[in-house]
Amino acid sequence: MNITHSVNRRFVQLLAAVLTNQQLLNLASGRLYKGSAKNLCAPGLNCYSCPAATLSCPLGALQAAGGTAGYGFSFYAGGFLLLLGVLWGRLACGFLCPFGLLQDLLSKVPVTKRQLFPPLRYVKYLLLAVFVLLLPVLLLMLNGVGAPAFCEYICPAGTLEAAVPLLLTHAEYRQAIGGLFVLKAVILAAVVIGCLFISRFFCKMLCPLGAFYGLLNSVSICRLHLDEKSCVACGRCHKVCPMDINPAAQPHSPECIMCGQCVKACPQKALHLGIKAPKAKTATNTH
Amino acid sequence: MTRLGKARSLLLALAVGCILWGLWRGEAHIIWQKAVRVCMECIGLG
Repeated sequence: MNITHSVNRRFVQLLAAVLTNQQLLNLASGRLYKGSAKNLCAPGLNCYSCPAATLSCPLGALQAAGGTAGYGFSFYAGGFLLLLGVLWGRLACGFLCPFGLLQDLLSKVPVTKRQLFPPLRYVKYLLLAVFVLLLPVLLLMLNGVGAPAFCEYICPAGTLEAAVPLLLTHAEYRQAIGGLFVLKAVILAAVVIGCLFISRFFCKMLCPLGAFYGLLNSVSICRLHLDEKSCVACGRCHKVCPMDINPAAQPHSPECIMCGQCVKACPQKALHLGIKAPKAKTATNTH
Repeated sequence: MTRLGKARSLLLALAVGCILWGLWRGEAHIIWQKAVRVCMECIGLG
């Protein structure tokens, strides 16, 4: 089955965003959902302090357990991410992440698009190692109290999905605004502006979740398949890729979010997104 | 089974093992406790 031809990606993105945030009425009251579903992690980046959130943020979960005395690392959240990563790699970024959907919508704004300076792609791996895995444990060891460092100092999803609705509905939170909130608001503004000019700016440069899933793209069960015999190296797949990669050269790139734009653009049908590669064609039977 | 298949099976088994070990350690409850309260760090007030 070719996923790109079978499902409407935007519909799946919207559905995933709604299913992850089913408690929409809570946005008006600013109350958090406290049900048992919050034992489970969402596949994409979605702040668990968002009043609408039904599931927990996997990055928040990793940091919460990592920063709790006696734990050090969340095997539960880590295992969950490993499971999803082996099943479908970064497909969650392309289809299931609410923050990815927001970035896709921002990229529709008609301004001249630019490419990210390639070495900046490695920043997300640094954030994953330092802010998500190391700092919560280190702060616990030093201060006796752990802190979710990525959520606290960087995460723009938390600022947008949690801070905005909670500050609008709680006067006591508005009175507590300080330098940390200003830092996070500046990061959110920079990410939004970045997404206008660079498609999937946050995914490319800053997302630790995408960094983790991307490392598993080379082994994932659902993946992009290239029929090298059919490929005529026309470069159309590279041109339409929102992640600025060349699927014909690197079909299993850790940057690939498996959005399927390249599959749709390929005139030779040499690219396929799914579990199994279709039977290889010869160059002659494609004409 | 191919090398890739073996690697996948190993990683899937590791993932399931990690989830079960985490559940046994009570991590789901730690995560739930964090997720049902306003995370002051997440909203930039912590």
